[in-house]
Amino acid sequence: MKRTLISSVIAVLLFTAVFGLAYPLLFTGVSQVVFPGASNGSKLERDGKLVGSKLIAQDFRKPVLGPNGKPKTDKDGNPVMVADPRYFQSRPSQTSYSPSATFFSNLGPNSTDARDEVKANIASYLALERRYDRGLTAGAVPADAVTQSASGVDPDISQTNARIQAHRIAAVRRLPMATVNKLIADHTDGRFLGLFGEPGVNVLELNLALDGQAT
Amino acid sequence: MAQGWLQIAIFLVVVVVLTPPLGIYMARVYRNERVFLTPVLAPVERLTYRAIGVDPAREQDWKGYARTLIVFSGLFFLALYLILRTQSIQPLNPQGFNSAPWDVSFNTTSSFITNTNWQYYGGETTLSDFSQMAGLTVQNFVSAAVGMAVVAALIRGILNRTSKSLGNFWQDTVRTLFYILLPLTVVVAVLLVAGGVLQTVAHAITAKTVLGADQLLAVGPVASQVAIKQLGTNGGGFFNVNSAMPFENASAFTNFVELLAIILIPAALTYTFGRMVGRQRQGWAIFAAMLALFLVLIVVVVPAEQHGTVAQHMAGLHNGGNLEGKEVRNGIAQSGLWTATTTSTSNGSVNSALDSYTGLGGAVPMAALGTSEVIFGGVGTGLYSMLVFVLLAVFIGGLMVGRTPEYLGKKLEAREVKLASLAALFTPLTVLVTTGLAIATKFGKPSIYASGPQGFSETLYAYLSQANNNGSAFAGYTGFVQPNAPGNGGSFGISFADVLGGGTMVVARFVPILLVLAIAGALAGKKVAPVGPGTMRTDNPTFVVLLVGVVVLVGALTFFPALLLGPIVQSLSTQLF
Repeated sequence: MKRTLISSVIAVLLFTAVFGLAYPLLFTGVSQVVFPGASNGSKLERDGKLVGSKLIAQDFRKPVLGPNGKPKTDKDGNPVMVADPRYFQSRPSQTSYSPSATFFSNLGPNSTDARDEVKANIASYLALERRYDRGLTAGAVPADAVTQSASGVDPDISQTNARIQAHRIAAVRRLPMATVNKLIADHTDGRFLGLFGEPGVNVLELNLALDGQAT
Repeated sequence: MAQGWLQIAIFLVVVVVLTPPLGIYMARVYRNERVFLTPVLAPVERLTYRAIGVDPAREQDWKGYARTLIVFSGLFFLALYLILRTQSIQPLNPQGFNSAPWDVSFNTTSSFITNTNWQYYGGETTLSDFSQMAGLTVQNFVSAAVGMAVVAALIRGILNRTSKSLGNFWQDTVRTLFYILLPLTVVVAVLLVAGGVLQTVAHAITAKTVLGADQLLAVGPVASQVAIKQLGTNGGGFFNVNSAMPFENASAFTNFVELLAIILIPAALTYTFGRMVGRQRQGWAIFAAMLALFLVLIVVVVPAEQHGTVAQHMAGLHNGGNLEGKEVRNGIAQSGLWTATTTSTSNGSVNSALDSYTGLGGAVPMAALGTSEVIFGGVGTGLYSMLVFVLLAVFIGGLMVGRTPEYLGKKLEAREVKLASLAALFTPLTVLVTTGLAIATKFGKPSIYASGPQGFSETLYAYLSQANNNGSAFAGYTGFVQPNAPGNGGSFGISFADVLGGGTMVVARFVPILLVLAIAGALAGKKVAPVGPGTMRTDNPTFVVLLVGVVVLVGALTFFPALLLGPIVQSLSTQLF
């Protein structure tokens, strides 16, 4: 018994050193050299400054200003946000697009909150997009545009969603539809081997490319 | 939809193809034979035995094996608890996190020692890099190795005709760690980083977004942990939202790699079993039973999610399926497949929010847990739990045809059947008692997020998951309140949920392990009867059907009333709560 105990103590220390420290640290070193981009978070830069990560969605809404010129807040004290029409909009997020404190929305299948939320999201999607895409009906609103993602920072939107928003972008930025649709296609990640997963349009990269067009 | 089924079918084919080669490799490892890594690893292995001062050739009977396992796990329990509680004075804590309170730390410790990886804590808002690596990553390896050691011991018990020996715990654990888990983990980790997963020990970084806001990007040594969390059927994520987080699961490619990593070892162990007992069909029979149950789960969950939820239909959303709590790059098919895979393999990682699944879709992970994690199951645990059901099926089959039950030539007598029944019933019983306590007393209430039947589902799922050492969650249920995330200001644990859950995980892990080792001990040394015309075959379709029937019957009889109160009410109801 005493021998087992001593052996176990040594094993705890040894395995912690090997699997807990040596393995992850050595592997970090190797990844930093071999895959510097991915291992540091697929960072994107603009004018030499860090603008975000390819993998992490951003908020493309801006705060609404009240009559006094200060941001308006709702009853919980959070700023009221409205979509910036010059940009493609990410999916709704329960975390205000925070990648450092992630949680699920946990809206259940039979919850009144879920119904109200989806209803409100459909209404605001229509209010934003129908001005530019006259044919858009409530029934055609894509599911990804009105439901919250799992991570709260889903970097992608569906191709259907992007093509609807393209009408607005083209109008507001005075770009030909063909140009916008080309940019969407350029920033669509296809399925793995053309088979696994779903295609998604990377919103941050797409918006950066749009800004690049303007200048 | 056809695209979705095609992805799933091809994934399953890949699993079937990879099962034999890995199965053969593991059989050689457990038979102490030479493998292609031997030249590199044999010196490491010898050095390890010398350092811990054990003789790997010393054979242990079931009591010796069990004693070593318990002492070893107990010391790791103490070590992990100490690490978690002294986090604030350790290195590699770039965000300066304090330690989580005692109750949450107890729960987390229990969770990782038992290969559960249930998470009341939010990884990126609670734990330092040191805790994640030296505390949790190491457990992902060790607890997985312990589960696999137990199945190796059980197989030796079934095989051994002349002595009571089950092998040596140290040898099984060390060889599992160095020959199986470490090499596979390195391969998977490389693939993950190549696919975009993070791996750094740098500080969190702040980006200035396109619209000029600050965005704090939490980073860390993610890929190294995710690789073993999937391979060891652990499931505890670096981030709170686990493999839904793009930093943990960046693309359709990494999703595929992680899914494969989750199911590969449990699937291949059935082949290892067939190989070690010298009858490959016996391994395939178990594989077939597991696959049949697995297919049922997939065929229910994917269409259910494709259909969307009652709330979404009422809001006027009818197309695209239920994407609430799912990521675009995964879509419905990869989310549903992931959920079926992780909940049946005791993995517990999620790439979508289970709490937001449809009623019927949410019943699938519960059903998977209700079968006591034998559908491939955890590494080692899945196979030994399934072998318990095999013994019960042989016993029931024996009763039906009026013969003495035998498995692989060994007579099953009162002692083995009693132990197997206890092992099969212990975990379900734990679930029902703990769920009852949490629902019927006022102490369980602060943990529940949703109202109505969803609240019941959350509670039932929490104890199903913890007792089955799975770790996935209907994440509304909580034992740790962090009002000011990120950071630990004002946070507190809910002691009832933490302690009940932690206790459940420990008891439901180690009692079945002891029972399984006792079964192995009872079978070891028994003479083998020759196969005769009256021997009931355990490698044909009839037996597979019988085995599936026993698994479903035990699970269904135990949990049907509870499932009625939660997911079944929800999927039949058009009412909102």
